[in-house]
Amino acid sequence: MSQQTSIKIVNGELLDPAGQLTGVQTLLLRDGIIAAVGADADAAPADQILDAAGRLVTPGFIDLSCNLREPGNGQKGSIATETRAAARGGFTTVCAAPDTAPVNDSGAVTSLILDIAAQQSPVRVLPLGAATRGLEGELLSDMAGLVAAGCVALSNGQSAMRNARILRRCMAYAKTFDITLILQPENAALAADGFAHDGLVAARLGLLGIPEVAETTAVMEMLLLAEETGVRLHLAQLSSARSVDMVAAARQRGVAVTADVAMHQLVFTEDALAGFDSAFHVRPPLRTENDRQRLLAGVTDGTIDAIVSQHQPHDPAAKHAPLGATAAGMATLEVLLAMGLRLVQADELSRASLLRALTQGPAQVLGLAAGRLAPGAPADLCVLDAEQRWRADADTLVSAGANNPWHGRELQGRVVTTLVGGQLAYQV
Amino acid sequence: MTVTEAAPRQIQLTEDGQLKHFLTLDGLGQPLLTEILDTAESFIEVGARSIKKVPLLRGRTVVNLFFESSTRTRSTFELAAKRLSADVLNLDINTSATSKGESLSDTLLNLEAMASDMFVIRHSQSGAQHFIAAAVTPGVAIINAGDGRHAHPTQAMLDMLTIRQHKGRFEGLRVAIVGDVLHSRVARSQIRALNTLGAEEIRVIAPATLLPKDVEALGCKVFYNLQQGLRDVDVIIMLRLQRERMEGALLPSEKEFYKLYGLSVEKLAYAKPDAIVMHPGPINRGVEIESAVADGPQSVILNQVTNGIAVRMAVMSMAMSGQVAERAAGGQS
Repeated sequence: MSQQTSIKIVNGELLDPAGQLTGVQTLLLRDGIIAAVGADADAAPADQILDAAGRLVTPGFIDLSCNLREPGNGQKGSIATETRAAARGGFTTVCAAPDTAPVNDSGAVTSLILDIAAQQSPVRVLPLGAATRGLEGELLSDMAGLVAAGCVALSNGQSAMRNARILRRCMAYAKTFDITLILQPENAALAADGFAHDGLVAARLGLLGIPEVAETTAVMEMLLLAEETGVRLHLAQLSSARSVDMVAAARQRGVAVTADVAMHQLVFTEDALAGFDSAFHVRPPLRTENDRQRLLAGVTDGTIDAIVSQHQPHDPAAKHAPLGATAAGMATLEVLLAMGLRLVQADELSRASLLRALTQGPAQVLGLAAGRLAPGAPADLCVLDAEQRWRADADTLVSAGANNPWHGRELQGRVVTTLVGGQLAYQV
Repeated sequence: MTVTEAAPRQIQLTEDGQLKHFLTLDGLGQPLLTEILDTAESFIEVGARSIKKVPLLRGRTVVNLFFESSTRTRSTFELAAKRLSADVLNLDINTSATSKGESLSDTLLNLEAMASDMFVIRHSQSGAQHFIAAAVTPGVAIINAGDGRHAHPTQAMLDMLTIRQHKGRFEGLRVAIVGDVLHSRVARSQIRALNTLGAEEIRVIAPATLLPKDVEALGCKVFYNLQQGLRDVDVIIMLRLQRERMEGALLPSEKEFYKLYGLSVEKLAYAKPDAIVMHPGPINRGVEIESAVADGPQSVILNQVTNGIAVRMAVMSMAMSGQVAERAAGGQS
């Protein structure tokens, strides 16, 4: 990609999560970075002017958990389709989950993903390596090799560790090489065959439950082991109020732990399953209103660092079956901003908290330079129209997965331009 | 906030509130449940005739689609359809071959091509019949003959008919449901029906391992002790206990279960003297219930079977006329 051209964004209202740059100011992008702001930018010449009048200019969103489905699951999506979807959703960086086929547990798979992304992706793709071979939770993967090949962190994906001893060794080994471990906490024995929150709705509909303790016992175990090993732990996709409390308490005593939540956990509860709608079959499951409120409060108070898409596109057949026989997951990259803005509109989350959890928060989890508006920062930007109404359907969405509950419905708030390294990645 | 609680289950009613599928008792009001009972009552008389047929479903094809094996339920549905003069096709489909949802839709497409008017379906997945009802061609009625742990609405309604016949009313009744509520679609439908019909108190009696989480929210009281739970009840409903419950560490042994939760003559004495004893069958004698109770004067277990045919005739004929009415209304607009 040539970085020769310079772009000037004028008339847009800057929204910087660090709060340093605000108001309507000009941004000058050159050589892949934000070269100048305000009067300096106004004075400088540029090859191209982008008028953002009436729009918000934010750092590009960073997604810590995204399933691109390549290699191996072409019927559900590909790096090409899902990164295009990411760009349309305002994401400039996505972490590719290791749950591919083959699993990203070797440098060769990491290189393959990076090669395809370099050719086909309009956004930055950061692979997450598998912490154990084949994500089987049994043998350590070549962690140092994976990082050398380009993985930014290691993860257990959607799989559990076989036992606490393996988990402890995983942490100790990752600590040796200063690697961040991203773990989704779920006690496999307690989750068993469940697929819905073990609560009122599951009791009424006779759905196999995943109890809240399937998550909280795993969170507690991971926190204690992280404290002992000193590994940098990131807990992925929390779903329960008590998990948030435990993370807050652990942080207070100095444990190096960060956390994220999937956007759908902030918007929906177990009630969404009342009509057996497979669109709401996600894992961890949607829990109670109390959990949702604590998760929202966790984003607000900073206990939860990032909101993720946990984007999981599926082929139609995977969702077209009786609820318990369907695959878990939503394809949310392209509707995530609108979901977040609904929360802002309902006064459940401030615009600043939403923005921080999509930019600065995840950037800090991985130690990335992006996620902020400042001279010298990467020119990864998102220009959005918070008012624009649009219909989510086959005409407007490009993800290979149509499995999001907004399909066919009107949403408010849309990304109009995405810039990655100062280059146009998407324009409406 | 959250999203639309998208059209909560009006899927089984026509615009003017008639039954067109019969999937669950959730969302059905007391008048409709009473109508089902009254209609069933009128069909009991048909079973007593020498020629046991009425022509309500003449020329209609009913397919019994059983993804889980069942002899009794399927036979009573078959008899009910035949007494309504329908043509009946029985299909037992091996679940292992169709555990993937894709093949379920495919199976259905194939059957629809045979121009059936009604599917009576049993499936191991909770909500499978909802899925099918949403996908099926308009005009075809779906009757739930049991889905996973979710609902078994015809069983619950035949139990309600049995209670009404013996007690004459629901108001003021105390009903105890004993045993494996966790895995029981029957219990879930019974609790719903009893609440809708106005029973005074519904008790579930079981160890905590056999109760769903938050079960009280379904509208019942929990008792861990059988003797205490049976005190002053008018109706005792025993649930079937599957052998595999011991393997999943839900119970230590059948012996201990019977000792603590089995209905013996001695424990029955804690209930009201005129309490009736019910069981959806098949009975495990000596596991849930003592033979002397199952065969005793307070047992109404065989009445339940007779009522099963009448209740199934009622919902089949009502759903079919709902479908016909909807089609007629659709044709006019």
